[in-house]
Amino acid sequence: MLLRYIFFRVLMLIPVSISISVVIFMIVHLLPGDPIDNLIRIGSSPDDRALLVTKYGLDQPLFVQYFRWLGAMFQGDFGEAIVLRRPVADLISQNLPYSLTLGAMAFAFSSIVGIILGTISATTRSALMEQFVRGFILLGSTVPGFWLALLMILFFAVQLQMFPVSGAKGWDSLVLPVLTIGFGGVALVARVTRVALMDARREDFVTLLHAKGLSSGTILFRHLMPHAMLPVVTILALRIGWILGGAVTVEFVFGRPGLGSLLIRALGQRDYPVVQGCLLMLALAVMLGTLIGDVAQAAMDPRIREAKT
Amino acid sequence: MTNVIGKKTGILSWLRNTPLAKAFDSWLGKIAGGFLVLLLLTAIFAPWITPFNYAAQDLMNGNAPPAWPNLLGTDQFGRDVFSRVIYGARTSLSVSVTAISISIAAGMTLGAAAGYFGGIFERVVMTVVDLTWSFPDILIALIFVAIIGPGLTSTIFAIAIAYLAQFTRLTRAQIVRLKRETFIEASINLGGKPRHILLRHLIPNAITPVIVIGMLAIGDGIVLEATLGFFGLGAQPPTPSWGAMMSSGTAQLFLSPWVIIFPGMAVAATVIAVNLFGDELIRALDIRDRIKEA
Repeated sequence: MLLRYIFFRVLMLIPVSISISVVIFMIVHLLPGDPIDNLIRIGSSPDDRALLVTKYGLDQPLFVQYFRWLGAMFQGDFGEAIVLRRPVADLISQNLPYSLTLGAMAFAFSSIVGIILGTISATTRSALMEQFVRGFILLGSTVPGFWLALLMILFFAVQLQMFPVSGAKGWDSLVLPVLTIGFGGVALVARVTRVALMDARREDFVTLLHAKGLSSGTILFRHLMPHAMLPVVTILALRIGWILGGAVTVEFVFGRPGLGSLLIRALGQRDYPVVQGCLLMLALAVMLGTLIGDVAQAAMDPRIREAKT
Repeated sequence: MTNVIGKKTGILSWLRNTPLAKAFDSWLGKIAGGFLVLLLLTAIFAPWITPFNYAAQDLMNGNAPPAWPNLLGTDQFGRDVFSRVIYGARTSLSVSVTAISISIAAGMTLGAAAGYFGGIFERVVMTVVDLTWSFPDILIALIFVAIIGPGLTSTIFAIAIAYLAQFTRLTRAQIVRLKRETFIEASINLGGKPRHILLRHLIPNAITPVIVIGMLAIGDGIVLEATLGFFGLGAQPPTPSWGAMMSSGTAQLFLSPWVIIFPGMAVAATVIAVNLFGDELIRALDIRDRIKEA
């Protein structure tokens, strides 16, 4: 049953990825300005210009450009960066590891700390802890990421000189970006864990387990946690997209290489192929994240895979 | 004045019983709501409150730390940070409110049409909406700003598009639920045309949660506006905007951190107040379940 669900779920990705690729392809072609304008030297003749236009295939009809682009993409050829004059695939593979490391660390940080914090606040049931978690959630979901990043730099990097201000050399340059992205994530995961645990505790089977004489610890870890993890996994999978969004700003503020900073730079330079490549990778990551979340949900809850297949 | 069953009547007690007034009941609601009212008044009366002209440069007094008479210090050009933060409230609030209003109008139209007519149209709309829903709002906004170029107008549309999915989903969920109610069936049997049913019955019954979520989204819109401004894609100089102030402040991050700290605090405080007050409003209107549906 689960395999069947995964099969249909993956099948659904095909129309979604086709529409995403069309949108990404089209949007970039609606951008004002012409990359050739950035590329061409002052004083070149219209003929030189026409030569470049032909070279990059910008004179072909849009749908021809689309299919060419899509076909090349399947062969791992993302085209040539117009301004940077290097294969986009190289640029992406160079920047991707930085984003992946940052994203994975931030993801791990927010899930581990968030689940622990949520569990503590649900089990102690103290009013003080609840207020603390509530306040933390409010701050984590409202404070703008780039401002938090700047404050982190000011306090930890400038005042205390504990971590480097910017760059990506060494593990210690990861600490502040991970904390910044993770801040909102921790708050969110903590809230979902807390609510899920509180709800699970009210179920009849928990009363039965208590009546059977099981210790609260056993009940919590063997019975409540697996039961409560469903919404947490869903939120975590959705977080992948948000972490990417956060990474764009945070990479920019901390001056780290990565897909986000590559994208912002390319947007400013109207470098179509790079923008397309970055957006496609980010979209792919979002789709994979939702896929993993859905499959994990279905694996944990038979009701979901029954309903959707 | 009291009526026969001892209930107070009159305009004042009516006002006191509106959900908006009830949101002020708790102390959290009072603080958050009070802050928002104060912010609104400050933004409206900015020219009379600010001690300095927000654009007036005083290069001899650049990067001055907070002290009298520059309460929050000055930036690299010697402009008064306090005055600029107050004028920034004007930009941030008006941009976000305009953007969210556009987003609500478009989202309600799409969502109501999708929910009411169903079929292929609903599937297409919802597929597109779900697609944008899974993408981080900053990414959607960035793409949009890149297409039509930086500036306040594109910021407004970028914010409107980034939150469109939210309102479409919420409205559709409401309409789908309401469509099954008996009074809609009755109206259809009485010969009500789709236009009449949508405008007279469905939308008025669906609008409250959308408006409240819209109020919460104004907070998110302010953050998004600040982020775009920070990337240099939003308000252009000399327009004072919280995001743009912080953007120009990064160059002097170590020299004059107050140029970054105070606008950021303004953003954070506003968004927190909007969220707290929105929560109180949801409680006062008792619509939490209807919002969760979407």
